[in-house]
Amino acid sequence: MVFRHIIGLAVAAAILPLAVPWLGFVFVLAVGKGLAALGVAMLLRGGLISIGHALYFAVGAYATAFLMRDGRVQDLLLLLVLSTITATMAGLLVGAFMVRYRAIFFAMLNLAVSMVFFTLLSKMYHLTGGTDGLRVATPTLLGFELSRAAFNPILQYGSLLLMVGTALIVDRYLRSPLGEALSAVHSNEVRLEYLGVSARSVILIAYTASAALAGLGGAVTAMAVGHIVPELSYWTISGQLVLIAVLGGIGGTPGAFIGAFFLELIRTFAVGFAADAWNAIIGIALLVVIFFLPEGLYGLLMRVRKQEKAQ
Amino acid sequence: MLSAYIPLVVDGLADAALIFFVAVGLTLVFSVMRILNVAHGSFYALGAYASVVIGIWLTGRGGPILGLAALVVSPILIAVLLGPLIERTLLRWTYGRPEALQILVTFGLFLILEDAQKLLFGVQPYSNAAPMQIFGISQIGGIVYLNYQLLLIAMAIGVAIGLRLMLKHTRIGKLIVAVVADQEVAQTLGIDSSRVFILAFSLGVFLAALGGALASPTVGVAPGLGSETIVLAFAVAAIGGLGQIEGAALAAILVGLTRSAAIYFAPEFQPVAPYLVMLAVLLVRPYGLFGSVGLRRI
Repeated sequence: MVFRHIIGLAVAAAILPLAVPWLGFVFVLAVGKGLAALGVAMLLRGGLISIGHALYFAVGAYATAFLMRDGRVQDLLLLLVLSTITATMAGLLVGAFMVRYRAIFFAMLNLAVSMVFFTLLSKMYHLTGGTDGLRVATPTLLGFELSRAAFNPILQYGSLLLMVGTALIVDRYLRSPLGEALSAVHSNEVRLEYLGVSARSVILIAYTASAALAGLGGAVTAMAVGHIVPELSYWTISGQLVLIAVLGGIGGTPGAFIGAFFLELIRTFAVGFAADAWNAIIGIALLVVIFFLPEGLYGLLMRVRKQEKAQ
Repeated sequence: MLSAYIPLVVDGLADAALIFFVAVGLTLVFSVMRILNVAHGSFYALGAYASVVIGIWLTGRGGPILGLAALVVSPILIAVLLGPLIERTLLRWTYGRPEALQILVTFGLFLILEDAQKLLFGVQPYSNAAPMQIFGISQIGGIVYLNYQLLLIAMAIGVAIGLRLMLKHTRIGKLIVAVVADQEVAQTLGIDSSRVFILAFSLGVFLAALGGALASPTVGVAPGLGSETIVLAFAVAAIGGLGQIEGAALAAILVGLTRSAAIYFAPEFQPVAPYLVMLAVLLVRPYGLFGSVGLRRI
């Protein structure tokens, strides 16, 4: 079921940019945010709200920039892997403290850590370029030098593969015993412990995996935009990630990407005719979805499909 | 030698006073409605904008003394206009829903209010230092103080004591305490809890806007003020233990003093100071200084 939806989504994503070329860039940005939102959605399954996952998003992006600077690592694939590993390590380290907290304190501690990181990124000028940020050059692929024009389609179809791959893996994970245990943390943690399952390990694994996803998303975003700034780790970005996760619907893995694409599309249009009001437009869209589509956009699609089948 | 640190302490306490107004409003709203209001910082920003605009307008009509009235009038205006409206239309719907949804609804409100500020007041910074200059300076023991700072500290102490007295000795205060303790039982006893919610939320909005209004003479008002303030208020509320008035006061003093010490000794890291205090406190006391462990579900 979910598998077919993911493939459907991928086919749509592969064809659409051919018809409308500028959608390709929007799509890559949406995949970057969507990967991070997928991590946040995973944690929401366990009833854990993180208002700080922009931290790992920024860790992934800055790792890519640092690795590329001075020409240490140039390869696209290697960059993605190393950036994801960096974010994973960060997630494991911070997660080891986070597993002690639940509910609002979990949300706020994540917020605090990400704000500390944001301040460090903005203030340590000699290392991070401060508020000016860092430039990210065009990576090479398997030793081949690429022009920006040749690189863009590669990134676009590469992120398509990433989207399908991660969506399938996360879907598998959520339906595995480990994933079910994560849902059980939300519904009844004490009973889970009585069954002999350590809630803290379950959360730590989910937390580390979500950090890895956010880091991968950050690396993709850094390559697509070519320039990164400390604002990537600001709390409003974390808020956007939660927003995307809920907007898309945390029920299924395609939701995060649908939500991200929806958000990036609104942003693209809003910047054109109402640059100062795009936050308000997103806010109103969010409230409309929460009030009228409690299962999110993905839930809406599923419902329409069910009605079609019934007829 | 010791007297060299007195300005540092006064700066810190004046800073603490401003943080306290926002954090105590946040904590009050949380304890009554069980909602972490992400849009709370926007009320602070709106209070600051409104008091500068109204203050300049009033100063033009009746001189700087009349301009002072704006510091009190504008928070009341914002609380009366926005408090009941937002509580009735948005927040009411979220009671008893999952926390993720509650936080998101207020995040949506935050996004809308942020742009509303830009549309209303533009993106250029505002400032009106007149209210601070009226009070002048005083010299005690060879050290120069801004009287406005001393006034801020006195007002914060007044608000803290006033809130405590209100909750303990007035009718509405007792109703609020009853609803916080157990909403269902309170309702069974005939307390109109939805009226208590409106009042408590509007009071929270008023306190945030008051903080913004009182801060406006000391800092410039520009876009981004709301999003900076809310994370600071979160940190202070969490340090004190959510829902604790005395906790918020102590946490505000702790954060205010740490921030002013950071300005003196390591100015680059002044923005990190509140979060480091928060991390340190929550590592030792996971529910904050005054917080208590909630019942676990079985």
